Amino acid sequence: MNKLLKTCLLAAVSVWSVATLAAGPTVPLDKANVNLHDKESLQRGAQLFMNYCLGCHQMQYQRYNRTFRDLEIPEDIGVANLQFTGEKPGDLITNTMSAKQADAWFGTAAPDLTLVARVRGADWLYTYFRSFYVDESRPFGVNNTVFENVGMPHVLQELQGVPRKTYEARMIDGEMQDVYVGIKTDGSGMLTTEEFDTAMNDLTNFLVYTGEPMMLQQRRIGWYSFGFLLVFTILAWLLKREFFKDVK
Amino acid sequence: MKKLIAWFDERIPLTKTWNIHLAQYPAPKNFNFWYIFGVLATLVLVNQIVTGVWLTMNYVPTAEGAFASVEYIMRDVDWGWLIRYMHSTGASAFFLVVYLPMFRGMMYGSYQKPRELLWIFGMLIFLVLMAEAFMGYLLPWGQMSYWGAQVIISLFGAIPYIGDDLTLWIRGDYVISGATLNRFFALHVIALPLVLVILVFLHIIALHEVGSNNPEGISIKKPKGSVPDAEKPKFEFHERFTKKYDIVDAIPFYPYYIVKDLVGIGIFLAFFCYVLFFAPAMGGFFLEPPNFEAANPLKTPAHIAPVWYFTPFYAILRAVPDKLFGVILMFAAIVFLFLLPWLDRCKVRSIRYRSSIHKVNLAVFTISFVVLGYLGVKPATEIYTLFARIFTFLYFAFFILLWFYSKHEKTKPVPERITK
Repeated sequence: MNKLLKTCLLAAVSVWSVATLAAGPTVPLDKANVNLHDKESLQRGAQLFMNYCLGCHQMQYQRYNRTFRDLEIPEDIGVANLQFTGEKPGDLITNTMSAKQADAWFGTAAPDLTLVARVRGADWLYTYFRSFYVDESRPFGVNNTVFENVGMPHVLQELQGVPRKTYEARMIDGEMQDVYVGIKTDGSGMLTTEEFDTAMNDLTNFLVYTGEPMMLQQRRIGWYSFGFLLVFTILAWLLKREFFKDVK
Repeated sequence: MKKLIAWFDERIPLTKTWNIHLAQYPAPKNFNFWYIFGVLATLVLVNQIVTGVWLTMNYVPTAEGAFASVEYIMRDVDWGWLIRYMHSTGASAFFLVVYLPMFRGMMYGSYQKPRELLWIFGMLIFLVLMAEAFMGYLLPWGQMSYWGAQVIISLFGAIPYIGDDLTLWIRGDYVISGATLNRFFALHVIALPLVLVILVFLHIIALHEVGSNNPEGISIKKPKGSVPDAEKPKFEFHERFTKKYDIVDAIPFYPYYIVKDLVGIGIFLAFFCYVLFFAPAMGGFFLEPPNFEAANPLKTPAHIAPVWYFTPFYAILRAVPDKLFGVILMFAAIVFLFLLPWLDRCKVRSIRYRSSIHKVNLAVFTISFVVLGYLGVKPATEIYTLFARIFTFLYFAFFILLWFYSKHEKTKPVPERITK
């Protein structure tokens, strides 16, 4: 039986690897450094979100006061610095742009961002934020390598500066060719490239948090449950051993 | 306490039921790992019902409110996230603890006479569970909920003549809408759970009538008077079992298998809690990423894949170029499982004593099922479709071959007793 099982597993694994190789290439994503314990990063991310995103994108399932509490922001400071249009602290994080207006201005409603990290993944977001580039053929003058023909303008341009696709002349097979080497800013933004990357990581971190605001609590309880189950299983096993002394 | 029990015993068969089904119920003493799943399935069923009741307290079954109400449960309801994740993890766990004993039944020939009806009840549970899971998956009203339901309901449209009217009747609308959500909610929380509980009851009654099979596939019931007293187990079994037969190599279900199952429950719950607390989406297999976006009838997702427990059948469906034939083949994949007691004409139950042909056949079937499951989550590219066709063929070949070779199968001699 064991031999049979091994043969099955081996066959399954070899089919699996063939199938995996057959899958097509994907856009390479940069790795985001997500750390939900880093409250300062989350606070900076919240600040970026409220200032640059919330004008168009809602976070309609998440509440202000829950966010303040989880991010260790005192409520009075949160209300004074992160709430702009007179909501109550217990309100959901919404804006006043209607879907109809959004449709007229951008051709589509701006998606809600509460759960965007669960839909797209942290790495996708982190790469997306840093992948806008100048493209005069688009209505807002920018495009994005991760999200082709994206419908939004580059709202973080004042931070990043003007990002352009850059090419370098390189010798390939005896011929000089222009090779795409990535997106580089012209340096006109308020932040350096490193500072901008850090800021985008903070924003990604914050969006991961809003996707699952209960995650830290969830993990903590998870460890307790493992501890309980370990004791329970050991006791159950001892009990079983005792009882099965009768069985021969 | 004794007086109280006596009071009940005069009015309802309390002690008698306890004895027949637990304390004096003879179970073969050689149960292995594969015999834990009955208890686990019961545990998961209770989990689904209890968490389900609590979820309905805050869930809003309307197209406008459903998605937001799930997030409300996840964020604003105290411990709502725990209850919701217990329910969503429980759904996948339920299929695991139903698929594995099905496989056990195939390994040890548990569907063979006299357990055909027991097998049928089990298969009906599986069928109702699939309907229950499908309808439950619509309720969060995410993109995959919506488009997955769209795909599955459209399958009924492939049926000639009545197809279109049938899909209209199922949806209650020309597209999937709030009307569909409402009726799926009603069926998911009332109708199907009732049917499921009744079937589980019948499954257990049928099991306790014929008794459990075991890894050896050898009966523990011997003709009355054929076993010397010295070889009989020292335990007392209910006269319902001992009246007609001599019971050998058995132990009472309570306390022996109850304490043994407690260990299994502990280990199972450790895996369950790992998923629940550390990976509730299970890398997109239990909760699919597009389902965190509210349903949008105007935006079709790039790639629609069902949840993992449907993928083997989905792969079979897609392997066939013709839609109607694909649907027929997909249902046939389940019908063949129903017919297993009659397709297998061998008199030997357990794989331990059966021919190498049968062992290889079952191994190929198992691989086919797993590979089809994997292919079902992948986009239908040319190479994947080719694989899906090969393994669909192998899946059905298992049943056909079984029917042919099982009649005159070269089996090993089966011992008289489990211990000898």
